[in-house]
Amino acid sequence: MQSRLVRVSWLTTALLLAAAVAAPGARAAGGAEVVVYSARIEQLIKPMFDAFTARSGVRVRLFSASEAELYERLKAEGSSTPADVLMTVDVGNLWLAQQAGLLQGFQSAVIERNVPAHLRAKGNEWVGLSVRARTIVYSPERVKPETVPSYESLGDPRWRGRLCLRTSKKVYNQSMVATMIKTLGEKRTEGVLRGWMANEPRIFASDTKLLEAIAAGQCDLGLVNTYYLAAIKAKDAAFPVALAWANQKDRGVHVNVSGAGVTRHAPHRAEAIRLVEFLSMPEAQSLYADVNYEYPANPAVRPSALLAAWGPFTADQVDVAAAGEFQAAAVRLMDRVGWK
Amino acid sequence: MRAARLTARTWPTRRRRAPDPWPVAAGALALLVSTPVLGVCAALLTPSREVWRHLWATQLPELLGNTLALIAGVGLGVGALGTALAWLVTMYRFPGRRPLEWLLILPLAVPAYVMGFVFLAIFDYAGPVQRAVRAVVGPRAWFPEPASYGGIVLVMTLVLYPYVYVLARAAFLEQSEATLEAARALGLSRRQAFWRVALPLARPSIAAGVTLALMEALADFGTVAIFNYATFTVAIYRVWFGLFDRQAATELASLLVLFTLVVYVLERRLRGGARFYQRGGGRGAAAVPLTRWRAAAATGAAGLVVGVAFGLPVLRLLAWVAIAGTYDPRYAQFLGATVLVAALTALLAVAAAVVVGYGVRLSRQHLVTGLARVAGMGYALPGSVIAVGVLGLLAWVDAALGAALHPLGVSPGLWLTGSLAGLVFAYLVRFLAVSSQTVEASLARITPSMDMVARSLGRSPAGVLWRVHLPLLRRGLLAAALLVFVDVIKEMPATLLLRPLGYETLAVRVWQFTSESLWEAAALPALTIVAAGILPVVVLVRESARPVAGVTSPAPRG
Repeated sequence: MQSRLVRVSWLTTALLLAAAVAAPGARAAGGAEVVVYSARIEQLIKPMFDAFTARSGVRVRLFSASEAELYERLKAEGSSTPADVLMTVDVGNLWLAQQAGLLQGFQSAVIERNVPAHLRAKGNEWVGLSVRARTIVYSPERVKPETVPSYESLGDPRWRGRLCLRTSKKVYNQSMVATMIKTLGEKRTEGVLRGWMANEPRIFASDTKLLEAIAAGQCDLGLVNTYYLAAIKAKDAAFPVALAWANQKDRGVHVNVSGAGVTRHAPHRAEAIRLVEFLSMPEAQSLYADVNYEYPANPAVRPSALLAAWGPFTADQVDVAAAGEFQAAAVRLMDRVGWK
Repeated sequence: MRAARLTARTWPTRRRRAPDPWPVAAGALALLVSTPVLGVCAALLTPSREVWRHLWATQLPELLGNTLALIAGVGLGVGALGTALAWLVTMYRFPGRRPLEWLLILPLAVPAYVMGFVFLAIFDYAGPVQRAVRAVVGPRAWFPEPASYGGIVLVMTLVLYPYVYVLARAAFLEQSEATLEAARALGLSRRQAFWRVALPLARPSIAAGVTLALMEALADFGTVAIFNYATFTVAIYRVWFGLFDRQAATELASLLVLFTLVVYVLERRLRGGARFYQRGGGRGAAAVPLTRWRAAAATGAAGLVVGVAFGLPVLRLLAWVAIAGTYDPRYAQFLGATVLVAALTALLAVAAAVVVGYGVRLSRQHLVTGLARVAGMGYALPGSVIAVGVLGLLAWVDAALGAALHPLGVSPGLWLTGSLAGLVFAYLVRFLAVSSQTVEASLARITPSMDMVARSLGRSPAGVLWRVHLPLLRRGLLAAALLVFVDVIKEMPATLLLRPLGYETLAVRVWQFTSESLWEAAALPALTIVAAGILPVVVLVRESARPVAGVTSPAPRG
């Protein structure tokens, strides 16, 4: 009985080890393909990749993980990396990858034509592909939009106990504060944040939960990314939360970009550049708008009908790279004012 | 351990020869597995003073307080709940006991982060329960806040109590009837027999279970993130991803190792110094039937725990799948990939635990015991920290290999970091504690006199392990393998970072959807993870219910 068990165990172990060693690994040999390390999940990026493959015949292999994990992996792999393109959903990590020397720049007339200069790195080390705004949302039953014209107005004492914010752990809030530091300076930004904190905001772990709380009446106003509200409105047009563009009278509403960059040691450099260029062209840009309710970076492409219903808005023209540059300062500031 | 060393001294004396291979092998293996943990601790040698100062001024005291409070709450919760349920189920008969015995282990198959977001989705302000309460009582109705300390302790207790339940139940089942009968004959009531005899005898198992639960609570990031409860792990992630400072984050992680030492010391205290071998067969005491209201209360209590800890999340997931079932034809491939890597890791983890456990048993030195302890600490560190440590180590090996083979014209590229070997190694570092604790608890129940007898009859130490211990350990080994298997299929951060290109598992699918708050879409892979975990759990229970074959101990120890 025992010897049979022993033999089965050895056999199983041998088989499993063989399977493990034979499993895919190392760099794929040549061929028409491009490997993408993406923080953007498969469901949201596959339509664009399928369109690219249909057009160019180049296969796309996708590896998705969170941005920090992709960054660590790229750093560790060094010159043996199989990755050609790095895609993230926030500019902070693209800036960081550029600083760490993980990305390479390239010349491209297509990119220069399709993507505004303040939405990409100087040498195209990274290129913004879609834009999202982080702006004020409120319950139209309990709040008049004229009373919240700007981010600073959220610090008004009348909102005490009625304000909801997402956790400071989320990079979207960190990027927003970072661009505020670049524009207003650290002292003024600290004043604004202390005003928010004085209103004892309820802190949520996700934008979606925050929106649900406003709808249910747990709070009256908050700050979210536009695509979260759009996603809910697409399923339920009567959802009782409305959107107000912040700071339209001065600098404009904070925007962030999702983007891509070609890795420094990309084994398929030419195909990688083609992919990034394709993603900036109208066909892919309108997919961004339809699949994830974002604003296309390419100014020639119209946003989707749902987003267009919110009307045009003035976006902050500050260089989005500031979100990465001042992120550490923003996090420290948020710690100091007690934003959980 | 004191007892094992005592025995070693009385073994037949040997002529001076090469050092015993077992402690050496155990030490080497433990050292290999500890390397990432030691690497994390080494970060403390070059402290980033500025970051520490900032943290101390802003949140560190609160984080420390929160983490300690969490450990205390969860420790008490799982200890009390797991032990009470194990005792109830082994010592009493009540309607539904048979199925409830294994149903109570099922929460092990539900990942903690899944339980967390299901719990909040059901009980928070915008969820169905509070909405119903407001509809009945009025819009200003009070309801306890679910995203609070109480909420997270409750969720973690419900998710982690199976560790204590499984180990305590195994211990109670193996307790000899004779011991308890002797206690009763000497005048103790059933309750006194429990508190003064059965419970102390089961201490190593309970302590092992509580330790595992606490380490998992320390390492957890997913659940605390959902509850926005600021623990130490949260600080690690904040410094790493927010301040872009991996060095400082690693230093914080090394503090987590310190917490683990505290937990280990507590465990030693819980175990006490007594010896735990028993005389007589491990048939377990006869179960006492309960009558009427007691029986109803027992069935009700056990049923409630299963209902809340397992039924509720599964039903919620099923409802989500019904709304947005995103069946992907690649599901068989995802499931296969998950099961393959989990099975491989489980086998290796058990083998490693046996080698290390046996080496510790044979050795007289603190060094081997210490290394074994350090090797187990991976369980208290967040998966991301371990994964990055392993990544760095393997990348270095790959680079060295590349440099060595370059003159020969061979370019292996990423031989380790690109294959399953790296991922399995990271899992081993992370989960060795699970198999180690389980095997050690089982090993502690085998009296050293058995070793002595086998040695005196001519067996080598390896022979003793092979022919005497392993058959006795069968139940413990199976439990260890299955616990590691279930842990691996639930694991997320290390899988995300270290998996080979093109190797997709179920946990990766869950991450994809939850990272974009697409809970409904995440339900199907989450449910598949739970389903994949149920089978091992059922097997585990059926195996542990069988009596251990022919255990009779020789002359009693004084």
